[in-house]
Amino acid sequence: MSDNAITRHLPDRLGSRAKDLIYSWETLLLVVLVSVFAINSFASPYFLDPWNLSDATFNFTEKALIALAMALLIISGEIDLSVAAIVALASTAMGYIASIGGGTSAMVVTGILTGVLCGAFNGLLVTRFKLPSIVVTIGTMSLFRGISFIVLGDGVFKGYPAEFAWFGQGYVWWVFSFEFIFFLAAALVYCILLHKTSFGRTVFAIGNNQTAALFSGVRVGRIKFILFLLTGLMAGIASVMLTSRLGSTRPSIAMGWELEAITMVVLGGVSILGGSGTVPGVVIAAFIMCLVTFGFGLLNVPGIVMSIFVGLLLILVIAAPIVYRRVSQRRR
Amino acid sequence: MKIFLRSREAQLIAAMLVMVAAIAFRFPAFITPTNLASVFNDTSILIILAFGQMVVILTRCIDLSIAANLALCGMIAALINVAYPDLTLVVVVSAAIIAGALFGAINGLLVWKLDIPSIVVTLGTMTIFRGTIFVLTNGAWVNAHEMSDRFKAFPRSTFMTLPILSWFAIIIIGIIWLVMTRTAFGRSLYAIGGNPVAAVYVGIDVGRTRFWAFVLSGALAGLSGYLWISRYAVAYVDIASGFELDVVAACVIGGISISGGIGTVGGALLGALFLGIVKNALPVIHVSPFWQMAISGIVIIIAVAFNARAERKKGRIILKSAEAKA
Repeated sequence: MSDNAITRHLPDRLGSRAKDLIYSWETLLLVVLVSVFAINSFASPYFLDPWNLSDATFNFTEKALIALAMALLIISGEIDLSVAAIVALASTAMGYIASIGGGTSAMVVTGILTGVLCGAFNGLLVTRFKLPSIVVTIGTMSLFRGISFIVLGDGVFKGYPAEFAWFGQGYVWWVFSFEFIFFLAAALVYCILLHKTSFGRTVFAIGNNQTAALFSGVRVGRIKFILFLLTGLMAGIASVMLTSRLGSTRPSIAMGWELEAITMVVLGGVSILGGSGTVPGVVIAAFIMCLVTFGFGLLNVPGIVMSIFVGLLLILVIAAPIVYRRVSQRRR
Repeated sequence: MKIFLRSREAQLIAAMLVMVAAIAFRFPAFITPTNLASVFNDTSILIILAFGQMVVILTRCIDLSIAANLALCGMIAALINVAYPDLTLVVVVSAAIIAGALFGAINGLLVWKLDIPSIVVTLGTMTIFRGTIFVLTNGAWVNAHEMSDRFKAFPRSTFMTLPILSWFAIIIIGIIWLVMTRTAFGRSLYAIGGNPVAAVYVGIDVGRTRFWAFVLSGALAGLSGYLWISRYAVAYVDIASGFELDVVAACVIGGISISGGIGTVGGALLGALFLGIVKNALPVIHVSPFWQMAISGIVIIIAVAFNARAERKKGRIILKSAEAKA
């Protein structure tokens, strides 16, 4: 979008590790997270209840799952605006399977498979036909949700098998829901994938300089295709959980989630221009958004007012370091 | 002439003619002048917004807040009308336009002064604008009976057989065409999109021009806000929600490159009209309106593919001619 060639600069020397850690984005986010937590516990007596906190996690784990894969995709310099539409299409596919008498396992497989196929379709368009992902996924967003609308119209799929409800409503142990545990596991997997494997290094390489990566022998197209596939996969999994939690499917399911997932990713310190970002940052950002919305919810703030704060948070968090850098440079 | 035949505009006109002819073959009523005029009238708001979006996209930015801005300005116009029903319309419409320009200026300032990527800025302001409508109204609707008659009737009243709404679109087409082809501002938009670094060397203030592009986009959204509210005679938080994607789609279909610098007023106009015809034709050929979303999705994907191919070809031709000269 913007011309990063002018603004991006490399530091003359690298700082010490400890100093880097203290001044890092993740530390700043942690401070924000702790203060949000503290403010919330003062503001409402109901906040520090393990079951309430557990309930709060339900609302964000599904979006956060998508955000994990989206983070990698954005780091590689692409974006997927169709994730929420994939959730809707996968949910519709599951509903269809259930309506013709498919069991729980058939539904789950269908949901995940639909997600992967949608991701593959996006990936194919972007890598094989060399199309800009931001417009392609605006198109597929319309297409995927459009198919849901064609299948369902103003109708609804419901009456899912009882055991299907476990994915979105079940608890593994005490207050820890299946969704939450799954999210933590997925976060760990993505963290290792991005930060400890050669695959992760190539993702950064592509995001920083695609041409250089290509000349270094990185299969740029294949890596990007895999990233779109992963994003589709996570959207499929999120769809299984959401459908199971709601117990019904309408074509307008998960409307607007793509923006919330992207907000989590950007808030987590991933550069929207690609090339930098961390998985822990995204995870902390997801928790912040969860606690902010949950805290506001306890104070009876309507959802749409919360979205003002999410929007402000997004802009402020991006603007703050830029303003800080400007001011400190001017002083010098 | 040859260049024109190969251009996106010619392709679009051909595609539209084929489409309209196919529909007219079975439903002749579709191509009566009255019906075509009503299709144009129906698409007017999309056309106006597509120009705003085009100006922004040309500079390598994007304005995702355009529909939210429309909704907020529309609500402001409606609230002014409810509070002061006797106020002349000129004031109400100007208020909507000025409000839109101010909200656009917020986007522009953040992009200009802080160098935040426009997609992040407008993603944020989009939710902020929508939320602000809720704060203004507490979620209440402004219904038809609360608006004054003149407020509602103005865009529908006809002048020389066309509704005022269509005239607004026609006047905006003229103004934007003049701005894009006959002013330094319009040309610098192309220069920035084509090569921002070179634009700086030519003496163009990239940030400032982007700022004005956002202001223009916002002002057009503000005008559309009034037109939308008065035409549908209702204002609430979610009006035109998701419309920003239709607007981007119209631009993409019209051959405006999402990576900036390429696109014409005619292209944006035809892109918007193309979507408008598809929308209006579906009920005529008895296709459920639920198909519309999927169809526009497919159209967008095809249009992007066409754009990408056209841009790649252009690059090759330049190289070839350079080789030939050497």
